[in-house]
Amino acid sequence: MASRGTITMKNMTTLGKVLSRRNFSTSKALGAKQLTVRDALNSAIDEEMERDERVFVMGEEVAQYDGAYKVTRGLWKKYGDKRVIDTPITEMGFTGIATGAAMAGLRPICEFMTFNFAMQAIDQIINSAAKTFYMSAGRVNVPIVFRGPNGAAAGVAAQHSQCYGAWYAHCPGLKVISPYTSEDHKGLLKAAIRDPDPVVFLENELLYGVAYPMSDEALGTDYLLPIGKAKVERPGKHVTIVAHSKAVETSLEAAKTLAGKGIEAEVINLRSLRPLDFETIIKSVVKTNHLISVEQGWPSCGIGAEILARLMESEVFYHLDQPAVRITGADIPMPYTKSLEAAALPRPEDVVEAVKKILKVK
Amino acid sequence: MALSKYSINGAFRVISQCLSNQRLILHKSKHTQPKFPGATTSWTQKLQFTEQNSYAPIPVYRVMDSKGNILDPAEEPQLSNELLLKMYHDMSLLNVMDKILYESQRQGRISFYMTNYGEEATHIGSAAALNIEDWVYGQYREAGVLLYRGFSLQEFVDQCYGNIDDVGQGKQMPVHYGSRKLNFVTISSPLATQMPQAVGSAYAMKGTNRVVICYFGDGSASEGDAHAAFNFSATLECPVIFFCRNNGYAISTPVEEQYRGDGIASKGPSYGIHTLRVDGNDVLAVYKATQLAREYATKENKPVLIEALTYRVGDHSTSDDSSAYRSQDEVLDWANNDYPTKKFRLYLESKGLWDEDKEKQFLQKSRKDVLLAFNAGEKKLKPKWSEMYNDVYKFIPIHIQKQKADMKKHLENYKEKYPLKSFSN
Repeated sequence: MASRGTITMKNMTTLGKVLSRRNFSTSKALGAKQLTVRDALNSAIDEEMERDERVFVMGEEVAQYDGAYKVTRGLWKKYGDKRVIDTPITEMGFTGIATGAAMAGLRPICEFMTFNFAMQAIDQIINSAAKTFYMSAGRVNVPIVFRGPNGAAAGVAAQHSQCYGAWYAHCPGLKVISPYTSEDHKGLLKAAIRDPDPVVFLENELLYGVAYPMSDEALGTDYLLPIGKAKVERPGKHVTIVAHSKAVETSLEAAKTLAGKGIEAEVINLRSLRPLDFETIIKSVVKTNHLISVEQGWPSCGIGAEILARLMESEVFYHLDQPAVRITGADIPMPYTKSLEAAALPRPEDVVEAVKKILKVK
Repeated sequence: MALSKYSINGAFRVISQCLSNQRLILHKSKHTQPKFPGATTSWTQKLQFTEQNSYAPIPVYRVMDSKGNILDPAEEPQLSNELLLKMYHDMSLLNVMDKILYESQRQGRISFYMTNYGEEATHIGSAAALNIEDWVYGQYREAGVLLYRGFSLQEFVDQCYGNIDDVGQGKQMPVHYGSRKLNFVTISSPLATQMPQAVGSAYAMKGTNRVVICYFGDGSASEGDAHAAFNFSATLECPVIFFCRNNGYAISTPVEEQYRGDGIASKGPSYGIHTLRVDGNDVLAVYKATQLAREYATKENKPVLIEALTYRVGDHSTSDDSSAYRSQDEVLDWANNDYPTKKFRLYLESKGLWDEDKEKQFLQKSRKDVLLAFNAGEKKLKPKWSEMYNDVYKFIPIHIQKQKADMKKHLENYKEKYPLKSFSN
């Protein structure tokens, strides 16, 4: 839907800026083949379509136009009208149709031009896709993937810039993924497509054009990552920083700055928001005794709020040397002005400041 | 049905004739009429589908041919020269403004823009037939309506730049115009949300001799909101004019993939809504259709659906490159052979109201005016940074006051790190 056109803003993405960012992954794959997030998604879909004839893609502009963000590039040419389906502009309609197709045994990948538009379809996602297995007493499962860009892009103002991580992570019956690197995107999307349950797969427009290293294994057609497992992107011993999606990048940049000051931050890339890998967080906090969460979404009832609440309820609480801290997007609709937009989202400096504060370092 | 000679006043009649012919076919029974609450109809013993070809397609009302000649003198609206010239001026000025703002986006000066090429007549023809007290809900490609109502070039540019004089205080993307003074509701990005809202506003206006006009596209008509809007407007009997700009494409999706059946107009009668279909490239036809719709809507307190058939000559937006999904020949054919502004110009020339000299002078002046507004708008400061905390709620709650105070302190400490000079104080 939306000034929908307003949203296919390839010209507005600050790709140049993003591309120049360095990748701080400590993965062994450094120096290996680089792949953009867009291509990682594309190959995940392509491989799964090749592997399983029941898999198909449905959404606005996904076929002839190759997707508003070109994630489905080439797939219509390869698989044709039957399996790459352009839809009229009716999110509620095509989400319902995809959900029904999943109930009948197909494996739809339902693309939203952005998750902002999925709000039109949220009843289908939550009341139908997420609950049908339960309400049919396990008779009808809904193996579907809802995917598309989530969170703030660049210069698209309040109605196009919001993170739905917390919204979907709230709902039992859904699995929610918010990946960061190309490996994350590929391995988790393939796992999501094969999963028997409905999965909400939250991508980020500003990451589409960013290249990350891919291990040989990740380049293979059977590369799957487990849903519900986080990844320690950077080990450290002084403070734990938990983040998802683009906020992992922010955290890694902060960790690099902190390393220059002798502070070793452990950065956890959540990968999945539901199920949430609390074990990995516990292990880290027991080691570092300090926790900061970083996300682009709003603070109230957010992912950080959930993590901090769980920590409060657990024995690990006694391992904290200082109260844990949330770093989130500002609690206002997204400003349009570029500099204010940047200020309304967590920046590496914000993370550095927060770490220094809880570690009582000047 | 023979519909070669077709008058707009008979438009409603013809559509209802289509339906009653159908009823005649069905009406074979001598039994009493069915009593079901669900429909007022007749019995039949003949089992047959009612399908697309059961009705003739709804014809397209036009006043001028593609060369600007009046087809039936009785249908020519009797408009003053002054009004005709204002309409033409605004259509041309819209083109000039589009060109300059489109280029400015290409140069990276504004983040986004949408041109109105090819749809000028739908904007100006409908705007001219309404009163300023009537409310407008646009979709996003209705800048001409706002221009006609008196939104100044400076106001357009200030909005696109989100500067200190932008009515919206820089909170929206470019082209999301709004003006309380001109009764133009601020454009909202998500498609078709304006449709039920327009019905709600029309409900509130019943009996006040005002209407709400609600613009939407062929793509938006697919949203569930469109169904809700049509149905509620009919059952609640609201004075709303649904104005569909059917320009053939929703971004890249052509109408063949958007819907089947006789376009958007055919939906009207099935909702019990009086419907007109017009040539959206004929500004006089659009004017007459909107005038009749307004008259009916205010008198009867009922909705009207207008489908204006037109063609989007420009790309969908600056984020789109339409050469990926339609041929250049197709676009050129419309631009060269049935362009609304050119057609209207030929009409004005035939009346002795316009000529090449006037055209040259007008374009020159328009360019100058747009550039003046553009240069002034570009130089203006942004609204004060703290504006980002205003208007989340009517009264600023404590937690937002705190964020604002934190940012103020932060900016005091690190003022050299931020482009504070570009913001007003």
